[in-house]
Amino acid sequence: MMVLTTRDREISGCGLAGIISRKKILIPGETIIRSISHMIERGNGLGAGYAGYGIYPQFADAYAFHVMYDDELARKETEEYIRKHFHVIHYEEIPTKKTKNIQESPLLWRYFLKPIEPPDVESFVEEDFVMKAVMDINDKIKGAYVFSSGKNMGAFKGVGEPDEIGEFYRIEEYQAYLWTAHTRFPTNTPGWWGGAHPFTLLDWAVVHNGEISSYGTNKRYLEMFGYKCTLRTDTEVVAYLIDLLVRRHKLPLRIAAYALASPFWKDIDRLPERQRRLFTAIRMVYGAALLNGPFAILVSWNGGLMGLNDRIKLRPFVAAVKDDKVYMASEESAIREVCPSPDRVWAPKAGDPVIALFEDFDGGEQFREYQV
Amino acid sequence: MEPLIIDAKGMHYRRLNQMIRDKVAEGYRHFILENVNGQRYIGAGIMEEVFIEIHGVAGNDLGVFMKRGTIIVYDNAQDGVGNTMEGTKIVVHGMAGDVCGYGMRGGKLHILRDIGYRTGIHMKTYKDMVPVIIIGGKAGDFFGEYMAGGILILLNLWDDDDRPVVGNFLATGMHGGTIYIRGEVDPYLFGKEVGVVEVTEEDKLLLRKHISEYCEDFKDHGLDVDEIMSESFTKLIPVSTRPYGKIYAY
Repeated sequence: MMVLTTRDREISGCGLAGIISRKKILIPGETIIRSISHMIERGNGLGAGYAGYGIYPQFADAYAFHVMYDDELARKETEEYIRKHFHVIHYEEIPTKKTKNIQESPLLWRYFLKPIEPPDVESFVEEDFVMKAVMDINDKIKGAYVFSSGKNMGAFKGVGEPDEIGEFYRIEEYQAYLWTAHTRFPTNTPGWWGGAHPFTLLDWAVVHNGEISSYGTNKRYLEMFGYKCTLRTDTEVVAYLIDLLVRRHKLPLRIAAYALASPFWKDIDRLPERQRRLFTAIRMVYGAALLNGPFAILVSWNGGLMGLNDRIKLRPFVAAVKDDKVYMASEESAIREVCPSPDRVWAPKAGDPVIALFEDFDGGEQFREYQV
Repeated sequence: MEPLIIDAKGMHYRRLNQMIRDKVAEGYRHFILENVNGQRYIGAGIMEEVFIEIHGVAGNDLGVFMKRGTIIVYDNAQDGVGNTMEGTKIVVHGMAGDVCGYGMRGGKLHILRDIGYRTGIHMKTYKDMVPVIIIGGKAGDFFGEYMAGGILILLNLWDDDDRPVVGNFLATGMHGGTIYIRGEVDPYLFGKEVGVVEVTEEDKLLLRKHISEYCEDFKDHGLDVDEIMSESFTKLIPVSTRPYGKIYAY
C-alpha cells in the first residue's frame, strides 16, 4: 500500500540556528534566513520563526509587544487592556507581505509600551508587571496571543517554511546583533501560528528541537509562580522556567542550565564535596524544573545567547566561533552556509551550556565568569 | 574514465545523489564533489566500486547502505556517517557527528578528529565481514552501545581539551565485538556487560595492521604507527551474551 503524506519528505526533526555578534555589529536578516533555510529538510512547513535583538533602536526603552489576533474583537479587547496598563509610545501593524504559500494570516500588530505604575503598589517590579500583562492577554482574552514582549527585540513566527516566514515578515529589512531562528516539524502538538517558535517572555526567547516529556510537571510548577501555559506547545515552559530561575530567582545562568539539564545522580555522587552539595541542592530545589526528554535549545536575551543540549545528547547541536561572532545550529552546514571558514567548530558536551555574552553586557556575577 | 567533477553548491541532495547514480550507470567511477555543504545521503546504496572525493561538510547519513568503494571527506562530516553500511571505506579529514556506524556490518570509518555520541551502536559482523571504526580524537557517550560485532579503535591522538577520551555509558549492552582504547579508561564509564582484558600479541598485530592503514590515509598529518602503538591500549570485550535476553518474552 502506498502511504500518502501531505508532503513528500523524510521524517526529520526540528532545526535551529543562532548568530550573535559579541561586539554588537549588526547582522542582516538575510543571513539568519539563509542559515535556517539551509536546514529546510528538518522542518515540514508547519512552523518557523525568528527572534531579533537590537531591531528597534528608536524605541529601545519600550517593551515591544508583538501580538497575534484571531479577529478584530480580540484586538479591540487587547488594546483596551494595553491602554489601561501601559503608555503606548507607538503602535502599528507588523509589516508583512503575502508570499506564494502564505496568503492568509492572523492579525499581527506591535506596540511599544511603558508600564503605568499603579499608585497603590509598594514594591513595583516592572518586569513582573509586564509578565502579568502577557499572561493576562494570553489567558483571558480569547484569540489574542503575545509573541514577544521584550525591549529592543521581537519574535516573528507563523505557519510556513523558514524562508517563507522570513519573506512574509520581511526579515531581510531588519538588522540585529543577535538572531535566533527555527524550522518546525511538529510531532505531538498542533502546527498553528502560536505554536511556532520562538517562545518568549520579556526579552527571553527560546527555540527548541525535541520534546519536553516533563511538560506537565513543569507547567504545574510554573503555575505556582503565576505563569500560564496557553500556547499548546511544550517549549513554552522553557521560556518561563528561564525567566523564573534567572530573572526572578537570580540563579547564575550556568546553574539554571544545570537545573534544566541536571547531571545524573550517579555522576553527582562522584563530585567533590562542594560541588556534590551544590548539584544535590539544585536537583532537590528545582526537581520540577528539570526538563525530561530530548532537546537542543537556544536561549537568547538582551545579554547574549545560550545553547544547551539534553544531558544524553538526543538532538544534534554544533557551535562555531569566527571573530566576534558565535554561531550555534542543529547542523554544521547551516553555520558554514553563512560562515564558510570559522576559527573553531565543535560539538558541545551534552548538558553543558555554551554561553556567548555581548562584550558590553554587565549582568554582574550572575553572568560574568562564564564567557565563551 | 576521467573523474567527474560536480559543483554541489546550492544543490539539493536528491539532485546530487541522482546525478551520481546516473553517472555510475553511465560508467563513471571517480567523483570529485566540490562545495558540498550538508547534502545528505551521499553515495546512498551504491553497489559499484566508486571513489568519491568530497570537498566541504558532508551531510547526514554519508555512505548509508553502501557496499563497495571509498569516500574521502576533506572536511567535517555530520551525523550518521556509515549508517548500516555494508562494505565501503569512509575517510574523514576532520570530525564526525553522532550515531556514526550505526548498524554497520562491513567496511571502515577512519575519522581524523573527534567523533560524537553513540558511535558504532548495533554494529555487527556478518560471515567474513568485520566493520572497523578508527577515531583519531575522542568520543562522546554511548560509544559501542549494544555493539554486536566488529572493531572500534579510539586513539586520542590530539587530547586538545579537558574531556576524557571517551564518554559515559561506554559499551552499555555490548554483546559482541572488541573495543580498543589507547590509554586508560575509568571503569566507572562502562557497565557490567563488559570487562577489560589483556591486550595479547595477536591484538597488537591486528591493531598495527589497522592503524598502519589509518596512518597511511592521513599521511599528511605525520602520524606514526610505532609512536601510536608505543602507548598501551585498553581492550574491552563483552562478558555476557545477550544481556537483555531475559527481558524478551521469547
